[in-house]
Amino acid sequence: MKNERWELNKNLAQMLKGGVIMDVTTPEQAKIAEAAGACAVMALERIPADIRAAGGVSRMSDPKMIRGIQAAVSIPVMAKCRIGHFTEAQILEAIEIDYIDESEVLSPADNKYHIDKTKFNVPFVCGAKDLGEALRRINEGAAMIRTKGEPGTGDVVQAVRHMRMIQREIRRITSMSEDEIFDVAKELQVPYDLVLYVHENGKLPVVNFAAGGVATPADAALMMQLGAEGVFVGSGIFKSGNPEKRASAIVKAVTNFKDAKVLAELSQDLGEAMVGINEQEIELLMAERGK
Amino acid sequence: MRVGILALQGAFIEHKYTLDALHIESFEIRQKKDIQTEFDGLIIPGGESTVMGKLLRELKLFDPIKELIAQGLPVFGTCAGLLLLAKDIENDDKLHLATMDIVAKRNAYGRQLGSFTIEENFQGIGKIPMIFIRAPYINSVQDDAEVLATVNGKIVAAKQKNQLVTAFHPELTQDISVHKYFVEMIRRKHS
Repeated sequence: MKNERWELNKNLAQMLKGGVIMDVTTPEQAKIAEAAGACAVMALERIPADIRAAGGVSRMSDPKMIRGIQAAVSIPVMAKCRIGHFTEAQILEAIEIDYIDESEVLSPADNKYHIDKTKFNVPFVCGAKDLGEALRRINEGAAMIRTKGEPGTGDVVQAVRHMRMIQREIRRITSMSEDEIFDVAKELQVPYDLVLYVHENGKLPVVNFAAGGVATPADAALMMQLGAEGVFVGSGIFKSGNPEKRASAIVKAVTNFKDAKVLAELSQDLGEAMVGINEQEIELLMAERGK
Repeated sequence: MRVGILALQGAFIEHKYTLDALHIESFEIRQKKDIQTEFDGLIIPGGESTVMGKLLRELKLFDPIKELIAQGLPVFGTCAGLLLLAKDIENDDKLHLATMDIVAKRNAYGRQLGSFTIEENFQGIGKIPMIFIRAPYINSVQDDAEVLATVNGKIVAAKQKNQLVTAFHPELTQDISVHKYFVEMIRRKHS
């Protein structure tokens, strides 16, 4: 039964592929995102750039605010809980959220343990910097993976690094002989079966999106060309000059991510992009939370 | 035989794999230039109907595809694809291709916690596994549209001339019988 639930949850992520999931903080923003072509929205009180600016402890959003967004749109609604905070996850499940993001963007509630996601009926998406993290989260019950990137920066460099790292490790395992898989399982601290799946299929057993620092149609298309199956855009949209137009352009860039002529059209006249911070300028590396 | 798969958003690659298993050639439709050469059938996959509906219009695919379906191009819509083809949606004012005489209901089983799998009869095939993901169902069929499957009294598959729809996702299972059924529809058109 539990396994069937995981399959269904994995299937929902398959339906999101080729799409853009947008961070929104109000029902109005959620409607703008839906109208712009978001395949799902992430409901949160503050977008990562503001969390970064405000500092302090960052927690799960007010369920009332999340319910307001659920009522405003017909597409799936996701919300974040803190790493290891299974009670926040229970609350999100109680309000019938479509996907829980156990996210490093919020302050971790547990320095050692992630949530045992197999105990839940709602699906979880988790961040990963490399294949080991991705497979460990899947082993804990995650039904979808995203790169961590560096949220709230508008700098795509870390998402690129994490996606390349995951793809490189997948290629390495695919080319190995079968008797070497046992050792990789030890090295990555994950069950043999999961590594064997990667060896045989050349991909993760769940859908893998890009996230963290995506700010332009070109960023989104870059991540797709690097092997992402879809894109999360957080601060990049509602911190920019013309959110509606930018959101819509990023959606189209993800559909036609290989067509540079289309991308050139889409990149025109978008108004100001979010200012962004370079990775060397930030003090808090969210991607280092929860390994 | 060449089958086009609408690849604007959603689970389109799964349909390709199923067609591969049937040794049917397929290609992705992402923009207008992709449908310049002739093809024999069209699959509209699962995903978000709002996203696909919007992109169909903005990428200028809407009119040509609607026209092709009206001219008799065999089309198979799963989940969101069903919604794109429905002439009426009970709980959504926004309609899309609206070529098939069915009244659909969006997110009819609620949010993700309402998603489920079941085995049920499909007319002319028999019992098959059906996966419902935030799925719609069909309230009623009109005209010469016929019901092909029901689950707990709700219509989940229907056919009208060249159009086939399922509220569930045969492309997510190992069972290739519904795709085979669609391929037969294409073959019959040519014979």
